[in-house]
Amino acid sequence: MSKNDFILKAESIYKSYRMGATAVEVLKGVDFGVEKGEFVAIVGTSGSGKSTLLHILGALDRPDKGVVAFAGRDLSRYSSGELNRFRNKTVGFVFQFYHLLDELNVLENVFLPTMVSKGIFGWFACRGWAKNRARELLGQLGLGERANHKPYQLSGGERQRVAIGRALMNEPSVLLADEPTGNLDSATGNGILKVFEELNRAGQTIVMVSHDERVAQRAGRIVTLADGKIRRA
Amino acid sequence: MYKIILATRYLLKRRIAYFAVLAVALCVFIVVVVMTVLTGLVSDLKQKNHRFAGDCVVGTESQVGFVYYDFMKILDREEFVEATSPVIKSYALVSPSWTEQSLGLEIMGIEPVRHSKATGFGKTLYHHRDDVSKAFEPVYEPNLMGCVLGIDVGHRLGSTLAPERNSKGRYSYSSRLDETSVSVSCVPLTAKGALAKAGLGLVNTRSFYYSDYSHSGLARVDSSMIYLPFEEAQMLCGMDGPIKRASAIHIKFKPDVKLEAGCERVASLWRSFRQEKADQMYADLLEKVTVQSWKGYRRAFIAAMEKEQTMMTAMFALVGITTVFIVFVVSYMIISHKSKDIGILKSIGVSNTNVLLLFLGFSFFVGLLGSAIGTVGGWRFLVHINEIEGWLYDKFDYQPLWDRTIFAIDEIPNTIDYKVLGVIILSAIAACLAGALLPCRQAAKQKPVETLQVSQL
Repeated sequence: MSKNDFILKAESIYKSYRMGATAVEVLKGVDFGVEKGEFVAIVGTSGSGKSTLLHILGALDRPDKGVVAFAGRDLSRYSSGELNRFRNKTVGFVFQFYHLLDELNVLENVFLPTMVSKGIFGWFACRGWAKNRARELLGQLGLGERANHKPYQLSGGERQRVAIGRALMNEPSVLLADEPTGNLDSATGNGILKVFEELNRAGQTIVMVSHDERVAQRAGRIVTLADGKIRRA
Repeated sequence: MYKIILATRYLLKRRIAYFAVLAVALCVFIVVVVMTVLTGLVSDLKQKNHRFAGDCVVGTESQVGFVYYDFMKILDREEFVEATSPVIKSYALVSPSWTEQSLGLEIMGIEPVRHSKATGFGKTLYHHRDDVSKAFEPVYEPNLMGCVLGIDVGHRLGSTLAPERNSKGRYSYSSRLDETSVSVSCVPLTAKGALAKAGLGLVNTRSFYYSDYSHSGLARVDSSMIYLPFEEAQMLCGMDGPIKRASAIHIKFKPDVKLEAGCERVASLWRSFRQEKADQMYADLLEKVTVQSWKGYRRAFIAAMEKEQTMMTAMFALVGITTVFIVFVVSYMIISHKSKDIGILKSIGVSNTNVLLLFLGFSFFVGLLGSAIGTVGGWRFLVHINEIEGWLYDKFDYQPLWDRTIFAIDEIPNTIDYKVLGVIILSAIAACLAGALLPCRQAAKQKPVETLQVSQL
């Protein structure tokens, strides 16, 4: 596989956290790449640094050392505005605990990324399109009837599907999922994984983090993170 | 747009935000009410002082007075001057005819028609308001020499028919005046300041009959002033010699003349006049004469009230600091509860600045809503403040603000000054923003990976 085939690539990533007086090294020179249209699962035990790697890939965190590049461009060279746009348009996050805004209804949660990317006038200009797009996504995710519900009125699986809808709203190049089924029962989790499979079949690049090998099996490729390094890629 | 939506939702759906709104509303309510009443009192006091003094006063504190006539003629020729009025001011011993006890009072000698053109004197009269020329003609006997008493002087002199002031601050006038006289005794002085009647009993005394009451609304004036005909007062004070003197010239400017500009022109004319008269007899009398606007002339009376207003404003600034602290605490609590939201927003591309603006927007809405509630509440309260006070008095015999039988205040001022209101609202919003600034900055600096960690949820 040549270097240019990766849409998102991490090279020699190091990351440590301070826990009291001691520094805990979480990532110790991780090399990782995702090709366009791939569905990759990163597995590892709890505390192995899977989520940290995902956050670094999605520019939510910075590595202490190493390079993360999207489409060949080093993320460390992005300005803060470019990083915000990267998080808004290029990647979409799905978290284990859904992380929906309680004050917004389902539809508003889904079109929030588009609203964030526009000013007041820009939003008024595209609001019809955004609402239709959000409804369409909710329809595809089986939540067409839930658009006006509040997150607390939904089940865990439904909330996770809303989170997926929000992540897909701006048609990101890469979907980053952090233990998306970790808080769901197996049947509901299976439904979420089916959604991911369908999205991947439609061409969506997905990087999923899971501690569960069975969940990871649903991905096209599995990489294992252990002792701060990728075991096999 | 999301900032407005989220800020309003945080405001409406968080009960703790209501406390912040309530605190701001309460603060605005108190400030609006107190500042309106206080500003009304100051404004009323200024208006009454303006009415009493005219626009500008050329005068001296010296009991000798100054040579006024030529300068008054100069002023009367000026196109910016509408009216002038010479005034004699002095102190006198006043005794009613039925007793030998005397009272020390101020006398003011005026030409009623001229003085009414230069000041608001005519409007302060009761019996002769429509025909000021007869101000010194007692209605019961026009040929007698009359005097106008400050409205509260009558009682001090023991007049049984003097107007009574009721609990609501209104005077009830008798249909007739007390047909008794007062004798007024002054110590006349020469132009050199010496006793004019040394060895001759020292004083000039004349009797005057009550011809009217003057209600200027100024406590000190109304309780200690007797207005006399100009020539009589001039004679009593010894200012009627070959070179006639007066204590002051009260001036009214044409309506389009600005106060400062008018006073400056009068001052300039006065300087020229003084230079012209420098080598003449009694030129030294002109040295102590000052040209003052009505504000300067009545400063001693206005300044105390203005000082009180400044002190109240400073005290309310302290109330404002309390509001800032309340908003700080509420913002801090809300932001602490919303750290997950901050992480979510940052994960979908919201910048630090926009997180800051979102929570500042929340504080802005707290300030705006609190101000709106406080303003409406304050306005409604002010509209009914006199009714409320009247009701309290009628029901419980309780007059919370001023005992009208003592203080020269009629109704509680309740006209809202929109400039002051604007300042109060803007200050409340600014206080909210100031209180929220620190927590908002902390919110903006939060790292999404920390706020979205499972252990943080």
